[in-house]
Amino acid sequence: MSDIRLRNVRKRFGTNEVIKGIDLDIEEGEFVVLVGPSGCGKSTLLNLVSGLETLSDGDVFIGERKVNDVAPKDRDIAMVFQSYALYPTKSVEDNITFGMVTRHVPRQAREKALAEVADLLHIDTLLARKPGQLSGGQRQRVAMGRALVRNPDVFLFDEPLSNLDAKLRVEMRTEIKKLHRRLGKTVIYVTHDQIEAMSLASRIAVMDNGTIRQVAPPEAIYEEPVDLFVASFIGSPSMNLFKGRVVENSGLHLEVTDEEGTIHFPVPEALAGPARRYLGRELYLGLRPETIGREGTQRPCRATFAFERMIDVVEPTGPDTLLVFTLGGIEAIARVHPEDKAPVDSKYRFEVNMDRAKLFDPETGKRL
Amino acid sequence: MSARQVHGIVRPKSAAATFLRLLLFAVLGLFVLYYLMPLIVMAITAVKPLDEIRTGTLLSLPKDVTFEPTLRAWDSACVGVRCEGLKPYVWNSIAMVIPAVVFSTLLGAINGYALTKWRFRGADVIFGLMLFGAFIPFQVVLLPMARTLGVLGLAGTVPGLVLVHTVYGLAFTTLFFRNFFVGVADGIVQAAKVDGAGFFGIFFRIVLPMAPPAIVVTVIWQFTQIWNDFLFGIAFTVGDSNPVTVALNNLVASSTGVKEYNVDMAAAIIAAIPTLIVYVFAGKYFIRGLSAGAVKG
Repeated sequence: MSDIRLRNVRKRFGTNEVIKGIDLDIEEGEFVVLVGPSGCGKSTLLNLVSGLETLSDGDVFIGERKVNDVAPKDRDIAMVFQSYALYPTKSVEDNITFGMVTRHVPRQAREKALAEVADLLHIDTLLARKPGQLSGGQRQRVAMGRALVRNPDVFLFDEPLSNLDAKLRVEMRTEIKKLHRRLGKTVIYVTHDQIEAMSLASRIAVMDNGTIRQVAPPEAIYEEPVDLFVASFIGSPSMNLFKGRVVENSGLHLEVTDEEGTIHFPVPEALAGPARRYLGRELYLGLRPETIGREGTQRPCRATFAFERMIDVVEPTGPDTLLVFTLGGIEAIARVHPEDKAPVDSKYRFEVNMDRAKLFDPETGKRL
Repeated sequence: MSARQVHGIVRPKSAAATFLRLLLFAVLGLFVLYYLMPLIVMAITAVKPLDEIRTGTLLSLPKDVTFEPTLRAWDSACVGVRCEGLKPYVWNSIAMVIPAVVFSTLLGAINGYALTKWRFRGADVIFGLMLFGAFIPFQVVLLPMARTLGVLGLAGTVPGLVLVHTVYGLAFTTLFFRNFFVGVADGIVQAAKVDGAGFFGIFFRIVLPMAPPAIVVTVIWQFTQIWNDFLFGIAFTVGDSNPVTVALNNLVASSTGVKEYNVDMAAAIIAAIPTLIVYVFAGKYFIRGLSAGAVKG
């Protein structure tokens, strides 16, 4: 088993720099998810670790070994690709054992490894079939099997679930998590799906435009995002961000104004110190949809605050109902219990748990 | 015919439509006849005795079918001063077409694979230049090629002709394979790299087994082009090493006294049969292969 260290990693395609100096330490046995919008460089970063792309600058260490110029096959990694990338002309068995054949593993050892993996992934009845005769979920298992038989130090996953339908995706997600617990190997996993990232990772690295914005455990990414980008990327529906002016009015308040009137959100005590420095200037107030509910339904705490707005749209999702309203010129979303819903175009008393509110500097985007 | 096949066929709905439909078929039938006429004339002339050709018309059916002209065309008609029929030249053509098709197809496949799956600086420029090669007329390369063959000591030989066809065919075979391999997911090659296979390992064990549609198209194309080629054959071979197309020309030209049309026609059929056979047996793969790149999946 190995840790992975990236030191000032850069990748240029021509004059276009897609990875702009990334430092990242991944500990042995960790499950790190690289997440970000498409084009942010997460797959490129994974390919730099795998060796399928060559570094323009910087160093990659796997364990104690610097692998900058080591071929992918000699890095002791295994990779699961987006769209499975199975060999279409080979049977499932040959797909899984191809790597061992090219490395001249003796037949007996090959068969033993194949049997173990086939048993683990429940694909032992499919070994003679061609990939074309398998369903999406089965292909996914074969692709995982091909990686597992290598018994490598490091697993690399490149959006492995993006081609599956929603139900299978959730199943395979759980299965990957179980496998990781059982094998305890280091994993780097690339996805654009933030729910996948939240549910799988021991740490999430949020990437944007060739840089890492934040690396932290899922809960910390969700509750303590470093900046506006991370705050709005993680979470679905995403965080409501209202622009307001800091005013002193028997306590520090954030004043949000629109044609329906002015609302003074009380600045929570914990943030009062830094917020005071912005007195008279503007700040972003970040409220997750689940921290806004019907008046009286928020968990009792000192910092609840109620206000009134019209409901524009009602979107039932099953367990919760989303109420869309307009505040400060933006469309905001509240996540309420289905029994708390109200008809469209009616006045509604919303209540906010201000203890979970975040404040962001509008210029730097950083959280206070 | 099953119900599924009948479904969707447009049927005429009125008398006028029926009339138009009949007119359409009549016109189509005429085109078919027009197109097939040379082949019919060839085939019936080849099995007629000479006096029947002289007394009858072009289209009159043979009263007395004879394969004697075919046999003569095969092994005793005179080509120039050599009276062994087309047989030795057919063997020349076979000795030329098989290695030329194999080499040009294999090299085209490697080129297409390298150009799409092992991207390197300037790959697009190289592909552009190779594509340009497909548009260079035969006549332009005649003199430089003759000089090259002379320097290599291959002038006037079948191996020389194999080299010419291999080189000239590369532009087409590379184009076919490049377009096919562009549609093959890069992930498959990357997976094979992680699995430890090298350039040729991936080519022979992963990529080439996926390529039968492209291989069939290329082989048919190359076989037809090379077998039917006349210009390179007449320019780069002499006498005994002529391919069958050149020999056919010489056979027709070197009649002594009476013009034996039946032998000429039989010889033309012999020269055309191999490409016909290839098309009949592999034609459906040809159509399939041509459209294989168009729709992914």
